[in-house]
Amino acid sequence: MTELPAQTNRKLGLVIDLDTCVGCHACVVSCKGWNTENYGAPLSDQSAYGANPSGTFLNRVHSYEIAPETGGVAQLIHFPKSCLHCEDAPCVTVCPTGASYKRLEDGIVLVNESDCIGCGLCAWACPYGAREMDTAEGVMKKCTLCVDRIYNENLPEEDRVPACVRTCPAGARHFGDFADPDSNVSQLSAERGGFDLMPEQCTKPVNKYLPPRPKDTMDEVDILAPLLAPVAQEPKGFMSWLDKTLENL
Amino acid sequence: MHPAPSVIIFTSLSGIGFGLLFFLGLGLPAPTAWAAFVFFVIAYLLAVGGLLASTFHLGHPERFLKAFSQWRSSWLSREAWLSIAALITMAIYGAGLVFYGVAIAPLGWIGALLSIATIYATSMIYAQLKTVPRWNTPLTSLLFVVVALAGGALLSANINAAMMFLLATGVIQVAYWIGGDQALRKSGTTLGTATGLGKDGEVRAFEPPHTGTNYLLREFVHVVGRKHAAKLRIISLILMIGTPILALSLTFNHVTASIAVITHVAGVFVSRWLFFAQAEHVVGLYYGKR
Repeated sequence: MTELPAQTNRKLGLVIDLDTCVGCHACVVSCKGWNTENYGAPLSDQSAYGANPSGTFLNRVHSYEIAPETGGVAQLIHFPKSCLHCEDAPCVTVCPTGASYKRLEDGIVLVNESDCIGCGLCAWACPYGAREMDTAEGVMKKCTLCVDRIYNENLPEEDRVPACVRTCPAGARHFGDFADPDSNVSQLSAERGGFDLMPEQCTKPVNKYLPPRPKDTMDEVDILAPLLAPVAQEPKGFMSWLDKTLENL
Repeated sequence: MHPAPSVIIFTSLSGIGFGLLFFLGLGLPAPTAWAAFVFFVIAYLLAVGGLLASTFHLGHPERFLKAFSQWRSSWLSREAWLSIAALITMAIYGAGLVFYGVAIAPLGWIGALLSIATIYATSMIYAQLKTVPRWNTPLTSLLFVVVALAGGALLSANINAAMMFLLATGVIQVAYWIGGDQALRKSGTTLGTATGLGKDGEVRAFEPPHTGTNYLLREFVHVVGRKHAAKLRIISLILMIGTPILALSLTFNHVTASIAVITHVAGVFVSRWLFFAQAEHVVGLYYGKR
């Protein structure tokens, strides 16, 4: 049934640290790699080497510029975005076939691809653009939180985390259980003020984002400044004549 | 939102078809024999044709039966049930008229109610989406129902009802447009809330995740053609409401009735195209678009 569970036993999800992310897109590549070879239909590409390449991705990294209102130095923020495994997932309840569901045991939102009719309504209902219809397969694809890694006893223990977390060279991605207040992700989110994306959409995302720390500001301690006052403020000679002539034109 | 022809055709035609079934169910008119046959064939061609068109945009249309399973939470599933229930009820009612010349009135009333409920369920597929602020209003449902009733009244030759519903369509359509133009701003969703970075200053999309396009941009960010929106709105009002009212108020015969119906349907297509093309999905904000 596509009704949401009242509560899930665990709340598995990610903490994404916007202060640490360097925008290398390694998580995008490892996600595409793992999820093309494992759970469900492969993530297809269309015209991958042609003039208009396009393809299915479960994780994409945007970059944003913040211009502080007080003036000051602008900041560039790399912003990875994938499914937030919302507690009130609007994508699940709109599904007419029951293909979309939220797991009772760990809160992961998944698509049963053999039940998906590819109507696309779940992608319409998601404010985050976390779901993408695979053009080749005609079914909806989304982040599985690497459900086929995290419980996979054939993998070494350190690999039993989502591919994006395992690969991140900057340590900007963390995986854990938000239902446990002592877990690494709960602690990290509490310490650093983890926030929700689009809280006004009332989706109650499980994944949290950590804010970038503001850039340092340099105090104006410049003892040489008085000695280095600009010498020539007004142009002189030929430049002055040119300036005036152009002015009068 | 991408104005997919299949969805525009589906919502427009099936709306008019179920609108016609509504009036037939009420016994307005209650034709018998061949006349009834013609009325019901037109209604079913429109309603079923529209429903079939809607399956063209599915990735796996062969699995459509699964869409009946989630009526407890999904408006799309409810629409499937209601449309089938309406079509079956009205088929029995229609068979009574065509073959036996009897109108089983209570059955017709149930069928009329189910027809309206179907149109309402269709409208709720869009109106329920918080992600598209322009659609997320009761006016969406009101508009869908009133447009369907206007079309149904026109096709069933209920002139007074048609005039009334056409005028109501005009009022609701304009109210929908005026409200819709402010909906995204009023929803409070901006690139600042989308990224959570808005409290630190003004956020600007600096670089998209990829150089090409993707499913999200194709499906949700349709800005081409929006520049003609104002002209198209006027064209839609003239075709959907103006010409039918003018044609019907001159004289009523087959020619004026045909003109009224054809221009009305054309106007509904334009209005539905705008309904999709102008709708801004909040995911566009992540790409610095709307």
